[in-house]
This record gives sequence, C-alpha cells and structure tokens, in this order.
Amino acid sequence: MSEKRHVLQVENATMQFGGVVAVNNLTMEVNEGEIVALIGPNGAGKTTAFNVITGVYQPTNGRVSFYEKPMVCNHPRGKMEKLYKGQNPKMYVHEHTLAPTPDHITKLGIARTFQNIRLWKSMTVFDNVIIAKHMRAKHNIFSSTFRVSRKEEVRMREETEAILREQGLWRVKDDLATSLPYGLQRRLEIARALATDPKLLLLDEPAAGMNPQETLELASFIHDIRDKYQLTILLIEHHMDLVMNISDRIYVLDFGSLIAHGIPSEIQANQHVIDAYLGVVEDE
Amino acid sequence: MSEWISANLPYLLAGISVGGQYALIAIGYTMVYGILRLINFAHGDVFMVAGLVMVYATASLPIYISVILVIVVTVILGVVIEKVAYKPLRSAPRMSVMISAIGVSYLLQNCALYFTGGLPQVYPAIPFLSKVVNVGPATTKMVTIITPILTLVLVFALVALIKYTKVGMAMRAVSKDFETSELMGIKINNVISMTFVIGCFLAAIGSLLYFTNYNSVIPTSGAMPGLKAFVAAVFGGIGSVPGAVIGAFIIGICENIIKGLGWTVFSDAFTFVLLIVILLVKPTGIFGEKATDKV
Amino acid sequence: MGKKLTAKRSSEQKIGSVIAILCIIALYVFLFCLDNVLPASNGTVQMLITVLKKASIYALVCVSMNLLNGFTGLFSLGQAGFMLIGAYAYAIFAIPADQHNAVYQYFDGGAIQFSIPEVLGNVLGKNGGAFLGALICIIIAGCVAAVFAALIGIPVLRLKSDYLAIATLGFAEIIRAVFQWNGLGKITNGSNLLRKYTSFNDIQIQVGGTIFKLGTIFPFFIATLSILIIVLLVTSSYGRAFKSIRDDEVAAEAMGINLFKHKMLSFVISSFFAGVGGALLAMFQTTVQAAPFRSSMTYEILLMVVIGGIGSITGSVIASFLYISASEWWLRFLDSGSFMGMSVPFFRDGFRKVVFSVVIMVIVLFFSRGIMGDKELSFAGMIRKLRGKKAVPAAEGEEDAQ
Repeated sequence: MSEKRHVLQVENATMQFGGVVAVNNLTMEVNEGEIVALIGPNGAGKTTAFNVITGVYQPTNGRVSFYEKPMVCNHPRGKMEKLYKGQNPKMYVHEHTLAPTPDHITKLGIARTFQNIRLWKSMTVFDNVIIAKHMRAKHNIFSSTFRVSRKEEVRMREETEAILREQGLWRVKDDLATSLPYGLQRRLEIARALATDPKLLLLDEPAAGMNPQETLELASFIHDIRDKYQLTILLIEHHMDLVMNISDRIYVLDFGSLIAHGIPSEIQANQHVIDAYLGVVEDE
Repeated sequence: MSEWISANLPYLLAGISVGGQYALIAIGYTMVYGILRLINFAHGDVFMVAGLVMVYATASLPIYISVILVIVVTVILGVVIEKVAYKPLRSAPRMSVMISAIGVSYLLQNCALYFTGGLPQVYPAIPFLSKVVNVGPATTKMVTIITPILTLVLVFALVALIKYTKVGMAMRAVSKDFETSELMGIKINNVISMTFVIGCFLAAIGSLLYFTNYNSVIPTSGAMPGLKAFVAAVFGGIGSVPGAVIGAFIIGICENIIKGLGWTVFSDAFTFVLLIVILLVKPTGIFGEKATDKV
Repeated sequence: MGKKLTAKRSSEQKIGSVIAILCIIALYVFLFCLDNVLPASNGTVQMLITVLKKASIYALVCVSMNLLNGFTGLFSLGQAGFMLIGAYAYAIFAIPADQHNAVYQYFDGGAIQFSIPEVLGNVLGKNGGAFLGALICIIIAGCVAAVFAALIGIPVLRLKSDYLAIATLGFAEIIRAVFQWNGLGKITNGSNLLRKYTSFNDIQIQVGGTIFKLGTIFPFFIATLSILIIVLLVTSSYGRAFKSIRDDEVAAEAMGINLFKHKMLSFVISSFFAGVGGALLAMFQTTVQAAPFRSSMTYEILLMVVIGGIGSITGSVIASFLYISASEWWLRFLDSGSFMGMSVPFFRDGFRKVVFSVVIMVIVLFFSRGIMGDKELSFAGMIRKLRGKKAVPAAEGEEDAQ
C-alpha cells in the first residue's frame, strides 16, 4: 500500500461542557481517499467530535490538523491540565490556540452535513446549492450588487447546474427545499456540501430514516462521489450494514472515549464493541 | 462625607424609592421571560393603565376600594392580554410574539391617549403614603420609606412561594423546560396565567407607589419605567427574581445620583449604557446561568 | 454542458418590465402634475402631496428595516436611532451660512459656518445647488449613519436574537440622549430645533422663464433609487447569503459564509438607508429635533413591515403607503367627531389611533404573514397568473427559455 497523506488528524481532543465530558481524549486519523466511519451508541460524542473538527466548538484540549497543518487547538483556559496531571505530559497540548470559525474551516476544504437536515427552508433547491458557492466567488458586495461583471454569477450557476444534474436534482431545481421527499433532502444536503469544493466530507448519519434499499443505493452513491470528486470521507452512522459495507476503517466511541479502532472485520469481532453497542443475542 | 450625604440624601432616598418601584415592575418582566422567553413590551403600559384606573376610580369611589379595584383590574388586564395576544402565538417564531407585545403596547398607549385626551391626569393622594416625613435633613413623602420595605417583603414572599409551594415548583419546571413540563402533566396554561397574575399584581402595587411620587399620569408614563425595569431584569439575570430586584435598585440609585451630579440629560441614558455593558460582558446577567446551545 | 442559463428571459418577464417602466413614467408624470399643474390650494391635492411624500420616505425606511429583519433575520430595533443620525447629519450641512446664528443661537452660531447647497449654488446656480447639495447631504447622512452602525455592530451583532433587539433599542435611546445634550450643542444644537435648511420646497428647476417645483418628485426619486439598490442587493449572491443566515445560520456558517462579516454588511447597509430616510424626513418636516425619534417610531416601522410581509420588499412599499394614507388621511374622520354628516360623539381626537392599533393587532394575530408574505409583487408574476402558468419563486432573476 502506498504511503497516503494524512488528511485529518485528531490528537487528544477533549470537549467538556461544564461537568459533562462529551469527548474524552480522542485520537484518530483519516488518510487520503479513505472512507472512515465513526460509530457508537447515541450520546457517545460522535456529533460533538464533528463539531470540534468543523470549528463549531473549540476543544477543551487537543488539536485537529488538516493535511498535517494544525487547524484547531484547545481553549487557553482548558481544565484538562489538571485532569492529566501526573500522566504523560505530552497529552496536554500547550500550543498557541487556533480557533477558526466554521466558515474558515470550510474554506480550507472540509464540508459537512447535519444529523437533522439543515437546509434553508424558504429557498429553492437551486438556491440551496448556489449559496455554497458564494464563499469562493471572486466578488465583493459592490460588484455583486451592481452586477459589475456577470462572470462569477454565470460560473456559479453553471457549476450548480452541473452538481444538480449529477445528483439527479435538476428536475426539482425550482422547488422549495422542504417540499422534497426525505431521501432527496438528504441528497440535496450532500450536493450542497459538495458545492463548497471540499477535500474532506463529513457525513452525519446520511442513512438516517432510510430503508434497506435506499441504504444500498447510498453506499454506491458514497463510493461514486468519493471517486468522482476525489474526496476523503468521514461518516457517522448507525446503519451497520452500510458501515461494514463501505468503510475502510472504523472508530468506535462510547461515552466520549475511543473503545476500538480497526478494519470492519476486526470491529465486528471486538468483544468490547459488541458489549457496548453492536449487541449479542437478538432480543424478542 | 456627612455633607455629601446630606446634600445628596434626597437623591439617595429617591433612588431607593424608585428602585423599589422599578423592582416591582421588573419582576413581571423577568418571570414572563423566564417562562415564555417573551419580552413583554406591554408590561410597562399595563403599569401605566393601573395608574389611570386609579385616577378614574377615585373620581367616584372611596380610596381604599379604588386601590382594590386597581389591583383587580390590572391583574385581569394582564391575564386577558396573555390569552388574546400571546397564547395564540405560542408556537410561532419568537419574533412574532414580540411583535404582538409591541402591538399591545401601542394599543394600550393609544387607548390611554384617547380616553385622557392627551391631558396629564392628576393622581389622587393616598392618605398614608403621601404624608410628608423628615428623614434626617431631608423632607420626603412616606411612600419613599414604605417602598423599599414593601418591595422587600413582597419579594421575600414571592421567593418563598417559588421555592416552597407546588405552584412555585411548577413555575420553575416550566421555565427550565416547557415541553417536558407539559408532558409531565403540569397545566401549562394555569402556570402561565399565574405568572401574569403575580407580575401584574406587583406592577399594580408599584403603580400605587410610583404615581404617589410622580403625581401625573400620561399615556407614555409606562414606557420609560417599563424599559428601565426591563433593563434591571436583564442586568440581574433574566429569569431570576432576586437579580431583577437588585438590578432595579442599582438603576434607581445610580439614576438619581447622576441627577444629583447635574447630568439629568443622561440619567435615562445611564440605564441603557448599563444594558449595553451587561449584554457585552455577561449577557445572561449577574445571576443568570450560562446556556450552551446544542448544534 | 447543459442548456445555456443566461439565455432569453421569458415573455412574461419582458412584458412585465415594460409595464413596470410605463407605470413609473406615469407615476412621475402624475407627481409632476401634482406639484405644478393641479391647483395648490385644493385640500385634496395638498393632502395627497403630504401623504405621498411621507409614504415614500417611510417606504424606504421600511424596506431598509426589512433588509435587516426580514432578509437577514436580525431582529434589530434601532432604526429610529439611525434615522435620527441621518436627519441631523443632513440638517447640519444644509443650513445656510447666514442662518447659522439664528438657528444655533445658544451656541455661537454652531461649529460649521457653511452649507453644502450654498457652496454648490455658487457654481451651479441656486436651483442646481439646492438639488445637488441636498443630494450630497443625503449621501453624507447615510454615510454617517453607516459609520455609527459599524461601530455599534461590532459588539452587538454577536448577541442572540432577543438580546440583539434590546441592545439595538438601548443604543437608539443612548443616541437620542446624546443628541439632546447641550454639551454637543455646537454641532447638534442641543435640545433646540435645527431648522431653515434646504427642504423639499427648495427643490425646483427653471426652464426658460418658468419654475417647475420638484418637491414631491424628489423624495420619490431618492426613495426609488434606494429601494432599487436594495432590490439589486437582495437578488444578488450576497442577498442569497443573507437569506441563508436568516433561515439557518449554523448551516450558513458551515457552508463557508462568514457570519460576522455578512451580518455587519446587512446592518451597515440597512442603517445607511435608514440614515437616508432620516435625511428625507428632515427635509419633509423642515425642522429636526431628537425627541420624536424614539422607540415608538421604530415600532411603527416594524408594524408596517409586518403588515406588508416580512421578507417582501413590495409588501413593505405597499404597506407603508396604506399605513400612511390611512393614518394621515382616510381615517381622519375618526377624529373629527362626525361621519357622513352625522355627529358621532366618540369620534374624537385619538380615536383614529385606537382603531389603527386594533387593526394592527388583528393583522399580527390573524394575518401574521402580512399582505405579501415573503413573495414579491411583480408584473411578470401577475401576467403568468393570468395566463394560467405555474408561479415561479421570486428568488431568481432569470430563467431558462421554456
């Protein structure tokens, strides 16, 4: 296997809200072109981990690096120093803190979808996607308002059309986003994320609410976009068939801590994971 | 030092007095916000209406009956407003309810303007409260001394109610989590009505005290005290009764000290400067809780 | 590659544009006649002129508030404060030099001793100076308001919606207090009026030997231009970004939109036009004082926005015209004591406002989406309806050839 670049590195990330430690000392990495899954019971801290990676929360401790450059670092008044006292001092990251806002991180090339679909409800399918193109366009408020040059707007529209056609959403481009059936809404959210030209795509429960047939289609869909857009993908998911099917590697969280990590077959055989999450015998 | 005190004693007294009155109004704001997350813009105008009702009532009824009438009418008014203007919008976006509150405020002011013809109404003298007394070198009305005492008594009673009674517990539950409380069987509508009853009761008392001091009632009499009481509630931590009271006293005292220093133009503005400062430094207020939003 | 996107506009849009242009021309001809042809002493004409002037000003202010509240989702209650700043900024630069001592009588004639319309008047003649001078002063007014907005926005825009509302309300009240303070009297004239500056009655042109008054066309012109700019903004990429912030700012941020920058842009631009509105109001009233610019003015504007539909520009325009017409004119009889010749005792002063308030409550409670909801009134849309075609969302400016 050739040496792949580390797209995402999460080191000792801890996220504490008051008395609750939502994510406890998480270390993981995602390499170029991989599809990595983050699984675990509800409340295990998976979405919180996403929020730390995308800059919604600044971690209490730890660091997130993107293409091996530090991107997010812990809060300066982190309480973790006391917690890790006496342990390996290297676990506490004493760096100059970085706290980019989520839009900054998106510009760097990380895009995400949300657990409870967050589409812009009053806007059409087309507009939902073209807005994602706004940040990369070469314009300012004056040139945009006074239509100084049509080039950027035309380019954005053409790229949006391309994405919508590829995702099979062109027919409904003028419909309100909320009028779409649930499955298409999820696809629209992914299309919108793709419109930001990401290198890393974070999918939060993309198969939620889907039946087995749709889940199968989603699996090949994820493979397709990974190949077509040259992406690296990190996903949170509860549908184990999807996870085991498409993931290269899996990380398992329970109560905020990492309890297992490996390839699908290893995880399926891991006793700890079975006890905490996957379950043993089918109950009636 | 004693010179400064005697020179400024009238202002300090006025400050404590008006602070107490603001506190009584502020409690209404803070309780309603705690439960409904609504800034009840109309509350200050309900306070003004209470003043007007007293004026009209005493024209034909004896003082003590008028007092009772004022309290009853104010409470009914508050409950009616809630049922008509806020309840239907409970599931609407927050901005809609706030706009409704603004509309009610507008309506109350215009009704008052219509009924009074725009002329300031002279507030009747309530025998005990208007008595002139001496405090050290300063002369003032009895109401100035009564107000802080009465305010504290009422506040303690209210805090006791919230802490030790079933109704109070229900209110605390509803302000923590609206939906769950409903699911747990708490009769939300009764809790909300109770909140408005208490808030308007206190506002009515506040109006009796306030207008005994300031003597004239005009349609916009409620606007400034209302806004200031609201700032007091935000300052103290919206949802916290003790916080609102402390905030109100601070505003009342500082406002009068500023007047004493000669900067009368800015005495009102001080309140808003305080508002800005607290919103920037600690938006949840002195006694408020930090809230994190789940994404 | 798919079909070209920027191809022909639909026939409805072409016809719609033509009708719109014709309507605007007709409107301006009508306004011109109002000022110059119809008898000035006629009561109805006078009333119409007053109402139209005031309504056009409020239309602009409502649209500027809608930009902030309706399109970006920022519940700000500071509009009156920015209008106040605009009104003062305009008046300060437009008081003729020889009037300064009379106006600033307690402040030694004030800080500046010139007025822009006069300075320009030396070059362009009295009328040209008045017109261009007023225009420049209006732009200055907007810019000053925008600067204040930028400063206020830095701390205030990161607050949550309720807190933003009361913070902006607080700032508006602070501004009002500051402008009444005699300490700044050299600039603001303290608690006294500013007056004698260039107003609508000074705007006129001379063709040959006749003077044509443009007193009503002028505010309409400024308002139309301003609203047009706002429409361009709202239909641009930035306008879409604003709407995304309104609908879900967490998602907007995740899709690369810098919240602070965009909220600030919306706030500053909205305040600029509120300042312009304030300047026009100053011209309309011919005197300026800080006291009337209180929170109740903001509330009235907010109510107009709600009546018209939050998120609809045409709604705001329609609502402000209806509101001003009703309050200044149509419902006057409610204050007059009689109706259709019969004496009605409770129709006395103030009843009009009471009826008004009730109507507003009814709208807020039962018709909260307002007249237009969040749709825009367009001639193209109406024609499409007449032809029985499916309606197209107003968000886009162009569509494919069918």
